[in-house]
Amino acid sequence: MTSLLVIIVLVLLAVALWQLTKIFDLTQVGSNSDTSEVATDDDNNVQGYIMFAFLAFLYIFTIYGLFKWGPLVLHTPASEHGLDVDNLMNITWVLIFIVQAITQALLHYFAFKYKGKKDQKALYFADNNKLEAVWSVIPAVVLAGLILYGLYAWTNIMFVDEDEDTIVIELYAQQFNWKARYSGTDNVLGKANVRLIEGVNSLGVDMSDPYSQDDIVVTELHIPKGKKIHFKMRSQDVLHSAYFPHFRAQMNCVPGMVTEFAFTPILTTAEYRELPYMIEKVAHINDLRAKKSVELVAKGETALDPYAFDYLLLCNKICGASHYNMQMKVIVDTPEDYKKWVSEQALLVNQVKEAKASAAPAVDGAVKQDSTKVGDSTAVVKIAMK
Amino acid sequence: MSAEGHDHALDHEHEHHHKETFITKYIFSIDHKMISKQYLITGIIMGVIGVMMSLLFRMQLAWPEESFKIFNILLGDKFAPNGVMANDIYLALVTIHGTIMVFFVLTAGLSGTFSNLLIPLQIGARDMASGFMNMVSYWLFFLSAVIMLSSLFVEAGPASSGWTIYPPLSALPQAIPGSGMGMTLWLISMAIFIASSLLGSLNYIVTVINLRTKGMSMTRLPLTIWTFFVTAIIGVVSFPVLLSAALLLIFDRSFGTSFFLSDIYIAGEVLHYQGGSPVLFEHLFWFLGHPEVYIVILPAMGIVSEVMATSSRKPIFGYRAMIMSVLAIAFLSTIVWGHHMFVSGMNPFLGSVFTFTTLLIAIPSAVKAFNWITTLWKGNLQLNPAMLFSIGMVSTFITGGLTGIILGDSTLDINVHDTYFVVAHFHLVMGISALYGMFAGVYHWFPRMYGRMMNKNLGYIHFWVTAVCAYGVFFPMHFIGLAGLPRRYYTNTNFPLFDDLQNVNVLITTFALVGGVFQLVFLYNFFSSIFYGKKAVQNPWKSNTLEWTAPVEHIHGNWPGELPEVHRWPYDYSNPNHDVDFVPQNVPMKPGEEVLHH
Repeated sequence: MTSLLVIIVLVLLAVALWQLTKIFDLTQVGSNSDTSEVATDDDNNVQGYIMFAFLAFLYIFTIYGLFKWGPLVLHTPASEHGLDVDNLMNITWVLIFIVQAITQALLHYFAFKYKGKKDQKALYFADNNKLEAVWSVIPAVVLAGLILYGLYAWTNIMFVDEDEDTIVIELYAQQFNWKARYSGTDNVLGKANVRLIEGVNSLGVDMSDPYSQDDIVVTELHIPKGKKIHFKMRSQDVLHSAYFPHFRAQMNCVPGMVTEFAFTPILTTAEYRELPYMIEKVAHINDLRAKKSVELVAKGETALDPYAFDYLLLCNKICGASHYNMQMKVIVDTPEDYKKWVSEQALLVNQVKEAKASAAPAVDGAVKQDSTKVGDSTAVVKIAMK
Repeated sequence: MSAEGHDHALDHEHEHHHKETFITKYIFSIDHKMISKQYLITGIIMGVIGVMMSLLFRMQLAWPEESFKIFNILLGDKFAPNGVMANDIYLALVTIHGTIMVFFVLTAGLSGTFSNLLIPLQIGARDMASGFMNMVSYWLFFLSAVIMLSSLFVEAGPASSGWTIYPPLSALPQAIPGSGMGMTLWLISMAIFIASSLLGSLNYIVTVINLRTKGMSMTRLPLTIWTFFVTAIIGVVSFPVLLSAALLLIFDRSFGTSFFLSDIYIAGEVLHYQGGSPVLFEHLFWFLGHPEVYIVILPAMGIVSEVMATSSRKPIFGYRAMIMSVLAIAFLSTIVWGHHMFVSGMNPFLGSVFTFTTLLIAIPSAVKAFNWITTLWKGNLQLNPAMLFSIGMVSTFITGGLTGIILGDSTLDINVHDTYFVVAHFHLVMGISALYGMFAGVYHWFPRMYGRMMNKNLGYIHFWVTAVCAYGVFFPMHFIGLAGLPRRYYTNTNFPLFDDLQNVNVLITTFALVGGVFQLVFLYNFFSSIFYGKKAVQNPWKSNTLEWTAPVEHIHGNWPGELPEVHRWPYDYSNPNHDVDFVPQNVPMKPGEEVLHH
């Protein structure tokens, strides 16, 4: 409702301003010559001063923003390569702020300083090779440095050595949820294809593949601190993107191919919750939620739960109407806790067997129909494989 | 060099020949000046629709799932039951907003208006090389706009897979309702749009090469013409690739081929597609998509260069460097598309290559920015509304361009890819900047188009409110992007992690609403000035270029009598050899006068 009021006020303000200009026009009777809509010395003067004020606005707005919204941005990276990424990011930011501060100052200051006056002539200054060389070479050198650092970091992040000691985990995307498949003790994922999707086997894992016998499928991602995790991503329907903001990691999930990303977590969930910046952030968020809850309760709705930080995996590629709610909780454990957790999970192969066993006493016809369907899809797979 | 062998006597007769009816004059006109007005008005109407859409989804983002009567009125009971915006129409609004603003406003509206108006007038030609093709180009554009708008009214809703229409989302109606009829209409509309754009571009290229008047060498062309010329070339090179992508997508959708689709299980069944790749589509799309941002920004740069020189009463600094940088940008624009795909799953080695080429673009861009700033230095600035928008364009181009250094660097892109940081970046660098260029062009050439002046005080109000609001919207948006907030989320309430960003979203939306409402000042100024504006003199800004040597009243063939002859470059402002501070291009060199620039 307040927003509507704001809009009405703005419209009225616009009308008022328009009336003002009309009055202003009427006071200039007699000056209704053909060039009266061309800027006069007075206009140049007023606009020049506003230009200068606008420069002040830009500076103040930037500084205000840094203080007010700076604390909102992602802080301490939770992965090893994230330190490199943030380092490069900070260097780039320093450069950007220097260039921004200087160029905006020059631009707006010149607009103020050289505001036009009648009977004044501008300097005829058409070119200067030295100057132009300077501002071609300086950006070139600075960018060369950034490119080199960037490429060095990129290569380190993106190329995973085959013989590196990693844990292989599959991230599986579908509208609108995530699943993770652990490769088990052999650290190799069993083959999979969407054509094999059936019942509990929602990832289409080929249960006849020896590598798939120890695979585990879960809906909450647990990873150990200090070990490189090699993610292999698949999607069953449309493009998704696996985005781990706190780990500075992101990779699209593409139907029809397997994509990869690897990173080493360096802070457990418990440790990250204890970071001073995170304690402050969570307290702030809970303040906001408490206030909102009061409003909600007054309206007769349920209050919001208090928030505790958890790492998240988000979908960051538009994937359908419920794209905005496709997430998975990520928990970084100590290596011991991780081992314990893994040992408690049920193997996919057992889940599939159980499901089959419970489905067996069903009506004969249904089972038959089902099995013909399976036959069809395996046939398709065979053709496709050829 | 010039259009030699051009029979002037014939041109003379040309003027008296036409008996025009209402239809040939105002509707199926082949006169470039009328076609340019048609493009501008259509562009403005599309712009109003595009901006309104953004205000609607900004309201949803600031006050998620709250009920607004206006939603119910505009979107209907189906998409806004009880005034609460539905999640699928949110995506549709985002998609159509992007499509309309990028293609219909900033490509056709900007290039179509100013290339058509200025190319013949500034190079001293009677009209475009083919007036008929020019007319067909406009009407195809109009048709495509009508189809795009009609897609808003189909039952399952318009295309909603983002303006980049990545398959499989855009290929499968099972994945999102908008990928049914809405997407079909989107593809048809864009195919027609591309045909229109190609006809227009070919015409611009041919006209600039062949129809320059006597003395108008390539190095005497105003920078506007240079940028329109290069823009047309980029369009001819890259738009057909989007057309091919659209055609292949139509095949996948309707005829069962698998160019972009493979291994899909959706809505409980396995689809037959096998062997295609969505990444191929991304390559094809961005091979147009990236040059497209230069198709949008280069004409704005040309307009700004011209307006700045005229209003500073100074030559544009580094004329040749400006041309070289436009050419460099045009060339590089065709080899950087992969920076939109760093995390698409393509080979990371390609990421290295595209990082390198992308950051190279910063060099010609920096040259342009510095040259504009130097143009102001020791000028005698006439701060008309057009000049304010030009200065504003340089400001937003720098602010938006600098963050490109982050996004173009594959390492840094990993974490800000597809967040609001990207949204803030490209809106400033190509959205707002190109829009400012367009506004500068409208304020500057309005007297040339309509023979009347726009009200300057309304122009000032329009600029300053827009300038504050543009920064008010997009500056805070960088921060929420750096906080990891993904774009294209209908609401962020499912993530308590982002609860502390909500206040920022409210601020952004407030600025957007204020800025949006104040565009009414422009609309009022524009439309009322067409009818009631003060009559313009022939050369109100005391400019050097040829369009101001033609009479205020539009005539077929542009100049009565002979075409003007060109004797100097377009930037002889405050030339020390002359008493007045401008020397139009058709003024002969004084005996013994030397050329003072390189």
